[in-house]
Amino acid sequence: MSSSPSAPEAKQRPPHRDLRGALRAHLGGMLLSSHAVLLYIFLYLPIVVLVVFSFNDSRFLAKWGGATFRWYGELAGDTQVAYALWNSLFIAVLSTFISTVIGTLAAMAMERYRFHGQLAMDALLYLPIIIPDIAMAIMLLIWFNLSGVGFTPWKVELFGLRLAVPYSVIIGHVSFNISFVAIVVRARLADMDRALEEAAQDLYANSWQTFRRVLLPMMMPGIVAGALLAFTLSMDDFVITFFTSGAGFNTLTVYVFGLVKKGVTPKINAISTLMVVFSLALVGLARLLQKGGEGAPVDVDLF
Amino acid sequence: MSASYAVELVSVTKRFGEVVAVRDMTLRIPDGEFFSLLGPSGCGKTTTLRMIGGFEMPSRGEIFIGGEPQGYRPPYQRPVNTVFQSYALFPHMTVYENVAFGLEMRGVSREDIRRRVAEALDMVRLAGMERRRPSQLSGGQQQRVALARALINRPKVLLLDEPLGALDLKLRKAMQLELKQLQHRVGITFVYVTHDQEEALTMSDRIAVMNHGLVLQVGTAEEIYEHPNCRFVADFIGETNFLHGTIAGRRQGALEVTLDVGGTVLAQAGQDIGRGQPVTLAVRPERVRLSPGLPGGEVNALSGTVEDVVYTGVATTYWVALGQGERLMVRQQNEQIGAGPVAERGEKVTVSWPVDAASVFAQASEAQAQAAPEAGA
Repeated sequence: MSSSPSAPEAKQRPPHRDLRGALRAHLGGMLLSSHAVLLYIFLYLPIVVLVVFSFNDSRFLAKWGGATFRWYGELAGDTQVAYALWNSLFIAVLSTFISTVIGTLAAMAMERYRFHGQLAMDALLYLPIIIPDIAMAIMLLIWFNLSGVGFTPWKVELFGLRLAVPYSVIIGHVSFNISFVAIVVRARLADMDRALEEAAQDLYANSWQTFRRVLLPMMMPGIVAGALLAFTLSMDDFVITFFTSGAGFNTLTVYVFGLVKKGVTPKINAISTLMVVFSLALVGLARLLQKGGEGAPVDVDLF
Repeated sequence: MSASYAVELVSVTKRFGEVVAVRDMTLRIPDGEFFSLLGPSGCGKTTTLRMIGGFEMPSRGEIFIGGEPQGYRPPYQRPVNTVFQSYALFPHMTVYENVAFGLEMRGVSREDIRRRVAEALDMVRLAGMERRRPSQLSGGQQQRVALARALINRPKVLLLDEPLGALDLKLRKAMQLELKQLQHRVGITFVYVTHDQEEALTMSDRIAVMNHGLVLQVGTAEEIYEHPNCRFVADFIGETNFLHGTIAGRRQGALEVTLDVGGTVLAQAGQDIGRGQPVTLAVRPERVRLSPGLPGGEVNALSGTVEDVVYTGVATTYWVALGQGERLMVRQQNEQIGAGPVAERGEKVTVSWPVDAASVFAQASEAQAQAAPEAGA
């Protein structure tokens, strides 16, 4: 396949040049494919190592001591991990829900209406994506201190576990997730023919019915994709959680960070492996849902 | 306002910021008419349609539908339905759900909806397609779903925004005929927007020719083709030769025009034009007769040289140079096989046309030729 581009010209060329051309094309193809292979190794080798070493029967990270499920077993019985996991899930579900509603409304405002200061608002809406996490985290930290919100916890009981989740973390997660939801939903909206809404109105649907029967169902794949993205980002976040949670509060990422400080054990690998699997499952689900949605699929290739 | 008009626009103006899209437009469309708004893109025809539908509000003036002023009524409170250029079928709904949508919004009972959807789909020959999605239909089928979805609501007026634009030529021709027949059958007033003059001539009872936000002429296909009231209409509808000249006076109830290329011709007096005024004379290529040799003293005869002969099947087109860079296009039907061209390239010929075949427009007044555009139904 790699040498096919030179084939049609073969007749006009002297034999040695033909050979050289074929060789060059062949070499080019080899280089390209090996480049691709290297790239994927670069991207995924660390993950493979992580997964493999999560089954490592040794206290030391870099020394192979045979295969075991010991670390996974240890995780299952670890209440600290359970707390951290439920904290993470609680924050992710809540912040995803809030940011999906706000982000969707923001996307509609930007895409379907014209108002004063829209350009500035538009730029500001996407700022949280551009500015570094650490800057945002510090901003939030200062703001929570100044405003008096502080790290007041929200006390809930979930599956027999007493959680105390600081409002500040949830607010922090909402604040960066809105932008991602808005971008994804807006892309979907921009692809939609405005005549569809006019057609609904032409067929006696008032504004609410138009939204409910036409706009919302058509935006749905975008909304779901945005929500899944927000959920993943929330689960994966460390920096903003760390800065806005105060002392002694653990999400999964914060807990792993704490473990690393005490010394790395394969237990961390086990947690990380589970997180990778979970994230992949979410991304797969998002893809699946998008395919199920009508019309053009939404592009969520932000990564 | 009389209720026998389906649609009535009274001094309607639409501005978008500084741009005037429609200027002081007055139109009366009687019940049951197939009425076309014809003009080049940007002439204001779509804006006019959108104002009738309620998607744009007039900056000034009033629109009446069935004799009722519409004011600022939103689209969902107007007794009209629209077939959109892009069809705008709801992609997440089946054909059945699309067609039923309007009735459902108006709270019609499930039983009635089922019956009327079946009727509507029958009417557009799409029975059995209920469960399909719009994406599973061909362009022509989508077009017919859009029609059914609009007509099922029995609107007073159906608005159609270049609905055949996306179809290929053959399908378009077939749909033109189908639409025309459908309109006869349902008896609903159609307001049809198109930039395709042939389409407008084929389908319409009456046509309004628009340019730059103005209605230039309203009339039947024959009226606007045979008696255009300004140069733009003559140029936009069909093919026309333009010759320049000056009014020399009146003779036998016609205007006498001295042409710039030499010679004097007689023409219909569409407008009152004073002596000495520069004018443009328009004459259709198929009205011109071509004969070999020099003029023998007949009226409206000029001499020229054949520059080009083009055989196009139905007709043969001759390009005749009249001098001073002016050329005349002459089209003669090929009625007999093997008759061959009347004249060869380079041959001296005489071109002539009947007095009533030519229209005359004052050159200066062309811009304001639309002073009184509407003569009523």
